[in-house]
Amino acid sequence: MPKIIYNTHDKKTHAIDVQNGLTVMEGAVQNDIPGIDADCGGGMACATCHVYVNEEWLDKLPTKEDGEEDMLDMAFEPKSNSRLSCQITVSDELDGLVVNIPSKQS
Amino acid sequence: MNKTDVLIIGAGPTGLFCAHQLGIIGLSCEIVDNLDKAGGQCIELYPDKPIYDIPAIPECTGEKLTNNLLQQIKPFKVKFHLNERVEQLKKIENRWHIKTSGGIEFDVAAIVIAGGVGSFEPRKFSIKECEKFEGSSLFYSIKDKSIFKDKTISIFGGGDSALDWAIELSNTSKVNLIHRRDGFSGVEASVQKVKELNDQGKLNLFTKYQIDSLSGDKKIDSIKIKHDDGEIKEIKSDYVLGFFGLIMQLGPILDWGLNINKKIIEVNTENFETNINGIFAIGDICSYPGKLKLILSGFHEGALAARGCFKYARPDEKLRFEFTTTSKAAQERLGIKK
Repeated sequence: MPKIIYNTHDKKTHAIDVQNGLTVMEGAVQNDIPGIDADCGGGMACATCHVYVNEEWLDKLPTKEDGEEDMLDMAFEPKSNSRLSCQITVSDELDGLVVNIPSKQS
Repeated sequence: MNKTDVLIIGAGPTGLFCAHQLGIIGLSCEIVDNLDKAGGQCIELYPDKPIYDIPAIPECTGEKLTNNLLQQIKPFKVKFHLNERVEQLKKIENRWHIKTSGGIEFDVAAIVIAGGVGSFEPRKFSIKECEKFEGSSLFYSIKDKSIFKDKTISIFGGGDSALDWAIELSNTSKVNLIHRRDGFSGVEASVQKVKELNDQGKLNLFTKYQIDSLSGDKKIDSIKIKHDDGEIKEIKSDYVLGFFGLIMQLGPILDWGLNINKKIIEVNTENFETNINGIFAIGDICSYPGKLKLILSGFHEGALAARGCFKYARPDEKLRFEFTTTSKAAQERLGIKK
């Protein structure tokens, strides 16, 4: 099972096995990783599952769908490596993906 | 004081259908919602997006679903209190007294919380000093635009609210529009208009900039904005407006003594009552083993919670189960003439 590395704002690192097909957001919510609120439940409608992706992984991720960038306008302190974790589906290619969770989501 | 059988908190699909179910069994209700219209997440987050899993409706939008529900509860003449957030809760003998942010008071037998993921509040700037100016020279919505006349206004955001206000205020004020990227989420015509105004010098557009800091004593004098490449620009500003959409906050309900875990309220599955007698929770805000955050689940929960309210509203009566197809009483309540 691919491992996803979640760095939380309290400087803790959580290496979690996430099943292929789940999203990075679901991996966080199911494992009680703090800082991912996912208020809308993965509908790309709230920007509370916002993460910063480590640079080396950026081009390995699926490209942003229409609407993700619009939603990121609403996120807490968006940067160039910002993504919505509900839009990243876990696969073997993403084994070792590192995401950093902002200090808060709102 | 508004006296009614049940107060429903939240005018999303679940709250609206619960009002229907209360009406069918002969209970009155009123609905409070913090938004300016009914529909909840359906109307605020995805009015135009299709929904495919409402039973017997192959496809409908959030807006259509809301309108149909409003149509369905029309016979019950439910009173809505919009732009209001519930704040205080007090138990007085067998009744609940609730007060809203706007000072509206209710006296009810039972409460149904259908609050989704919380009430919608404007998303705010992340820098701390913004709080100091909020309400005096920094705003997240506009109530009186006349205060901006002949002033310098810095507007942040890239959606329709930011674009529309930038265009409108550029007639009477000096407007800076600041957005974190070149693309905008607002409608194309507004984006073009803003670019035109910028070319004509009637508005200053700064893209790839975000807020860095504010300065001023009692009111804002100037702000600093930071470009993606690190460059910092200082611009004079009398007012700052932020339009970053809405976020959901649970608010004062958190302090009501309910069993709340991760923003959701624990309920039983018999009638969706919370740990407090007479307070029910349905829809996305409630949690129980096997909970699905589907609109159809919210409808089911509302139907059962409505029956749960009956014993508080009519303690001396017994509720008989009836079908709307054959129940004379239900049909009368629906105003059906034969």
